[in-house]
Amino acid sequence: MELNDIDLRLAAALAEGLPLDPRPYARLGQALGLDEAEVIARTRRLIAAGVVARFGMIVRHRPLGYRANAMVVWDLPDARVGGIGQQMAALPYVTLCYRRPRRLPDWPYNLFCMIHGRERAAVEDLVEQAAEACGIAAAPRAVLFSRRCFKQRGARYTPPDDAGSRDTEAA
Amino acid sequence: MTTAKAKTATTEAAQPEESLSPLERRLLNEFQRDFPLTSRPYAELARRLDSDEETVLAALAGLQRQGLIARVGAVVAPHRTGWSTLATMAVPDDRLDEVAALVSGLAEVNHNYEREHDLNLWFVVAGWDQAQVQSVLDTIAAETGLTVLDLPLIEAYRLDLGFPLQWS
Repeated sequence: MELNDIDLRLAAALAEGLPLDPRPYARLGQALGLDEAEVIARTRRLIAAGVVARFGMIVRHRPLGYRANAMVVWDLPDARVGGIGQQMAALPYVTLCYRRPRRLPDWPYNLFCMIHGRERAAVEDLVEQAAEACGIAAAPRAVLFSRRCFKQRGARYTPPDDAGSRDTEAA
Repeated sequence: MTTAKAKTATTEAAQPEESLSPLERRLLNEFQRDFPLTSRPYAELARRLDSDEETVLAALAGLQRQGLIARVGAVVAPHRTGWSTLATMAVPDDRLDEVAALVSGLAEVNHNYEREHDLNLWFVVAGWDQAQVQSVLDTIAAETGLTVLDLPLIEAYRLDLGFPLQWS
């Protein structure tokens, strides 16, 4: 899907969130110069094209008791990381799974996944289960539980002239 | 405008989940994907939940006020409308608060966590293009004097699709 300027602005507005208003698409469209039907049609296309990965409630898990949130990283042979990544992504308790580059010598890991849970021990069990399920129990790995969350909000793809600006909301 | 630290404190509130109504629990769990694309989507939620639009809007406002939902909105797939990366630094313990506040204060940073590792600060930078993201990483390195490791996505096997909460 070729994205034009309006699509990019709409995607950014959708990422910021819908207003809690009975006619949220009409309201969103006012700022973009689109009518309600066009906002809905374009949003549908962005979802169908996979530009929007999901659209709905963005839940904050930590205050709901999900405090054991692990980023699990693995050092896997480059030739096998794709296949193993697919396998891992299919596990029901894996919520994100990405390949990223190594940065040697500090960072040898090339596969990343997230496992969220309430109890640390339960998440550690799931990590072991994932390793067994993917046949990588012997591969080097690290489990990086989160300690503090300093900031969490939607990505904002800002125009270049705003680069380096201070975030007046986050702060 | 408050400080990044104050915001952190509010995310660590006492467990509010016991006080959630059945309606609130269903709102949190059943609409993480496929939010209705209709003229009055909150009325559609109400229809499915056997409630009414006004009650649904009030419940969502309450969930947002309590910090249990960030928003009703889109998660954009990485690298489809811009560039983003995951970056990390090994920050000395006695500088962590200061460096974390500097990183959180940048508009392009959307996630920023302390994690259990020598590389203890992990954050996501998103921008218009790769050059903008790189300039943010350069700024952070220059302002902190610390090495920033840039770990951009190579391939996604599973994107953020939400997940059902299990109530304790």
